[in-house]
Amino acid sequence: MAEFSSPAALIAACKATREAGYTKLDAYTPYPIEEVWEAIGHHRSKLPLIVLAGGLAGATAGFLLQYWASVIEYPLNIGGRPLNSWVAFIVPTFETTILFAAFSAVLGMFALNGLPRPYHPVFNVKNFSAASRDSYFLMIGTNDPQFDSEKTRSLLESLGAKEVSEVAE
Amino acid sequence: MSQGPDTLMGKPPVVAPGHTSGSVTDKISSIVLERTPRWWWVGFGIAFLLVQLLLLSLTKLVLEGTGIWGLNIPVGWGFAIINFVWWIGIGHAGTLISAILLLLRQDWRTSINRFAEAMTLFAVACAGIFPLIHVGRPWLAYWLLPYPNTMGLWPQFRSPLIWDVFAVTTYALVSLLFWYVGLIPDLATLRDRSRRKWKKIVYGFGAMGWRGSAVHWHNYEVAYLLLAGLATPLVVSVHTVVSFDFAVGQIAGWHATIFPPYFVAGAIFAGFAMVLTLAIPLRAAFNLQDFITLRHIQNMAKVMLATGLIVAYGYMVEIFMAFYSGNQYEEFMLLNRIGGPYKYHWWALLLCNVLAPQILWIRAVRSRPWIVFLAAMFVNVGMWLERFVIVVTSLHRDFLPSSWGMYSGTFWDWATFVGTIGLFLALLFLFLRFLPMISIFEMRTILPEAKRPKESSS
Repeated sequence: MAEFSSPAALIAACKATREAGYTKLDAYTPYPIEEVWEAIGHHRSKLPLIVLAGGLAGATAGFLLQYWASVIEYPLNIGGRPLNSWVAFIVPTFETTILFAAFSAVLGMFALNGLPRPYHPVFNVKNFSAASRDSYFLMIGTNDPQFDSEKTRSLLESLGAKEVSEVAE
Repeated sequence: MSQGPDTLMGKPPVVAPGHTSGSVTDKISSIVLERTPRWWWVGFGIAFLLVQLLLLSLTKLVLEGTGIWGLNIPVGWGFAIINFVWWIGIGHAGTLISAILLLLRQDWRTSINRFAEAMTLFAVACAGIFPLIHVGRPWLAYWLLPYPNTMGLWPQFRSPLIWDVFAVTTYALVSLLFWYVGLIPDLATLRDRSRRKWKKIVYGFGAMGWRGSAVHWHNYEVAYLLLAGLATPLVVSVHTVVSFDFAVGQIAGWHATIFPPYFVAGAIFAGFAMVLTLAIPLRAAFNLQDFITLRHIQNMAKVMLATGLIVAYGYMVEIFMAFYSGNQYEEFMLLNRIGGPYKYHWWALLLCNVLAPQILWIRAVRSRPWIVFLAAMFVNVGMWLERFVIVVTSLHRDFLPSSWGMYSGTFWDWATFVGTIGLFLALLFLFLRFLPMISIFEMRTILPEAKRPKESSS
């Protein structure tokens, strides 16, 4: 785990470690930096698909609820008008679509990020609390095939890290 | 955003120069973590007293029933509906600022979105009280929800009033989610920066173990954008459905196709007025002129002016349609608004909503926060009057002169209304004290130091 004092240094370090062949990388920053995420080389987020599924489920559930209540369970004949007056059902269907999609966006984001997780070994790193203020961290996993305690440390130091420390699992 | 063209145009910056990621963090989190200022206690105390007035009015209402209000036939919808529409309209600016301006990449939204979203939540909470207590037996309000019950009954899904239940519930929940998701990284900042153990624990719970990992940020940004994309049509649908409560009815003055767009514009108009009403004193009280700059005040004033013109257009169409329709009831409704017993309300409404905002055309006026504040106060009053005029003047003289009547609010009507203003302010004071009123992590992204890597990498 290496601490850097500027986003530019972190991005350069991400790229350099990637070129050195490391793959198990993660970075910690006080705000989202797209380049870091790209430099680390991760895949697309699965979240949009989850939200789409949630929205479709919401639309189906909302419409079926109204259909079932108005046509099957409690039909009211008002001047012979059709029971399945789907046009009127669109408004609640729309609202349930949004509701389910929004919940799947938030819960899906938590699930993909493995939150809530109150304890994580990185919190033990000295000065890590600055990651939520103005410090930028790069972590190389010990399970990385390239990982070697000495070499990795000197690589990170050569990239201009302010401080390099090991995180105990 | 590039700094160049803006400075050429003479626009004030979005953040005052000289700030860094650290100084922004310290400044905003210090409002929450330092000692409580004395004026906070005074303000909260006054708001808290008004909350007691609300509780008293609600108790009286539950004990005696809606007879304590001025409601009667023909005016069966009075203050409760006026206040409901007024509050929910105010809420809309929060969602507009946080969702629509995010999608449009307007970076000036960053320092106002957090408290605008909080304003939305609290306004929706105040709005939600009114339909619930208006049903007469509030302890049975859950009958509005579709659930299997021993009476074998189901809600009438073809009624706009049930649409409203769905729209407002969804709106409240989605606003809460949006607000909370935006807060998570800032709660992590507060967790890391507070010195007291119990504060660390409380903020830590809220932050859910957020640690700012690049993978997390990526999923987070996707989630936030999707939420914004979902909230945008939602906010339009909510006030549209509110306008259906009127437009689907057949009363002259309600039964108009202009209602949905005119209500949505009115909601944004009212909401921006309320954001300005809150932002101008707050930036003075907390010395936040560096973050809520004149640029914000000017832009919000422009949005208020533009939506105000749409509302004025709505009034014009109402007047035009009353005559163009050739319908004698529509025509009478309009003449009754202009010259009937509630004529002062109608003329005051025009003064507040159409005439007063016109001073915002002048750039010098937009650069003076306290004049903008005054214009916003006019709009706050004007939008309440608008709903009064729509609800009361349409109902009090309908098709048969034999059923005409008059309406006025009683002491308890006013007490409930003022009480909800107290509730709104009390919640707002608590929010200012315990949560960061400006989104810290988003402020970091608009600082010049965050721009640098992008320029160097491309």
